[in-house]
Amino acid sequence: MTGQAEACGVDAHLLQTGDELVVNIGPSHPSTHGVCRVIVHLDGEIVTHAEPVIGHLHRGIEKMAENRTYLQVVPLTDRLDYVGSMYANWAYCRAVERLAGIRVPERAEYIRVVMCELQRIASHMMSIGSTGADTGATSAFIYAFNQREQVVDLFEAVCGARLTYNYVRPGGVSFDLPDGWIEQCRAFTRSHPSAMVEIDKLLFGNVIARQRLKGIGVLPAEEAIARGVTGPAARGSGVDWDLRRDDSYSVYPRVDFEIPLGENGDAYDRGRVRLWECVESCRIIDQALAQIEEGPIKAEGLPRLLAPRPGEAYDHIESARGSLGVYLVSDGSVRPYRMHVRSPAFQNLSVLGYLAEGHTLSDLVVILGSLDPVFGEVDR
Amino acid sequence: MALVDDLGRALERTPGGGIILTSLDAVMDWSRGHSLWSMPMGTACCAMELIAASFARFDFDRHGTIPRADPRHADVMVVAGTITRKMAPAVKRLYEQMPDPKWVIAMGNCAVSGGIFYYDTYSVVRGVDEFLPVDVYIAGCPPRPESLQDAVLRLREKIRAESIAPGRSRPAKLVLPSPTDPRAGGVATADDGSGEG
Repeated sequence: MTGQAEACGVDAHLLQTGDELVVNIGPSHPSTHGVCRVIVHLDGEIVTHAEPVIGHLHRGIEKMAENRTYLQVVPLTDRLDYVGSMYANWAYCRAVERLAGIRVPERAEYIRVVMCELQRIASHMMSIGSTGADTGATSAFIYAFNQREQVVDLFEAVCGARLTYNYVRPGGVSFDLPDGWIEQCRAFTRSHPSAMVEIDKLLFGNVIARQRLKGIGVLPAEEAIARGVTGPAARGSGVDWDLRRDDSYSVYPRVDFEIPLGENGDAYDRGRVRLWECVESCRIIDQALAQIEEGPIKAEGLPRLLAPRPGEAYDHIESARGSLGVYLVSDGSVRPYRMHVRSPAFQNLSVLGYLAEGHTLSDLVVILGSLDPVFGEVDR
Repeated sequence: MALVDDLGRALERTPGGGIILTSLDAVMDWSRGHSLWSMPMGTACCAMELIAASFARFDFDRHGTIPRADPRHADVMVVAGTITRKMAPAVKRLYEQMPDPKWVIAMGNCAVSGGIFYYDTYSVVRGVDEFLPVDVYIAGCPPRPESLQDAVLRLREKIRAESIAPGRSRPAKLVLPSPTDPRAGGVATADDGSGEG
């Protein structure tokens, strides 16, 4: 066993623990949602210590950005959070716009809001579906993925890509909405809430799933704040914090929406917060589509090669995982001097060890899934 | 009755039964090609399309390609996503755990050549063929699920042309290139220290 653990990279001193068993999960494991490795110390079936090992998908995106022009960085941001590419696009573009003092036309802002709310639905569908798969309810995953495919179709009609959109650009968006797209989108937002009710009954109403999710991985609100957890993972604990409302950006002040909150901070509440956020997203999309007016989709007189004045800028948006921020430093050249991404998935993953302690090994998988990490964004 | 090579078509021609004479190669290739259980080695963005491919809309199961997370059950490893230098030893280890005969599909530009991460980065392996014998390459960032289906059909064609006689054991070699100049000389070996997998 010692040899095997060493081969997996577990330090030898970790094995000198008496009756404790050290189990290595991942980096390729179907329920780690990517390439996460977790070193788990077990006492019987109870987790005494869990430590995520990250970096298996470290691609050096922040460093690569220093060798790209400002526009060339946009496709790289797609690959950060690949379940919700639009967010990183937008957060990066907002930082560039702040740095270079670009004013974005109103129509572009509305399109961005619509796209990002659709993206929230697509991303949450993935998360809710995998919560089902983790607890053995694969049928919920199939229902959720059906909804996701509909959103992906909408994205494909706008920008031609199913996953990596490269759609939000500094100063606006790359393409205008095609003919008939708004009606297609409205048809989706009409049908989506009832699908959510169906999934709510199918998954969160199921007695087996309830037993697997309720009371698992309880994150108290103070801990969530202290450990920098944001997004649905924090709102599941009742932390009433959403950048769309509390540091409102773009056209969010002009739309009316609720922020679903959980009470107990367990995996069940985190999942249901995501589910009801999707319904609220439909409301936001409907309002934005009603308010949207004809106009330019890109700022006028934008140079081909942006070279902002020396300085720094930080901007953040509410992604499907939490507060996603991009920090940019310019030295006056056509390339960023430094780019840093404050990724919510990384912060949220940091509570895994805290949450998993005292639960069984099978619950660890549920807890990891309920934090919804995307490793492109964790490792960057 | 003639000796037939293409078993599938011969079966279609004789629906009510009867005797088909064929070669062992043809039977083996036919059965292998039609139940390619896949080991989804999804690491990054392409994994999303891999999941999409196996769900209701694209329905991969109808090709006999069922995802199995355990390498010991799998015939084909679908490498979907960027392989970093930290991840490569794990991928190699999983490949070694698959029983022969085994095949590899490199899905997406990252697995083909490093793709968008070919230049300016210090941590990405420039293509999974640096250390695995790849059978089918699919371009795209990420490729559509239809491309993955096409890859499986092409792999089936490739298998049909194979003979079982010489055996098919192709060892993985993990010789990671140096971060400065990937394809030229001066390669650094980075063994995972596991010895015989």
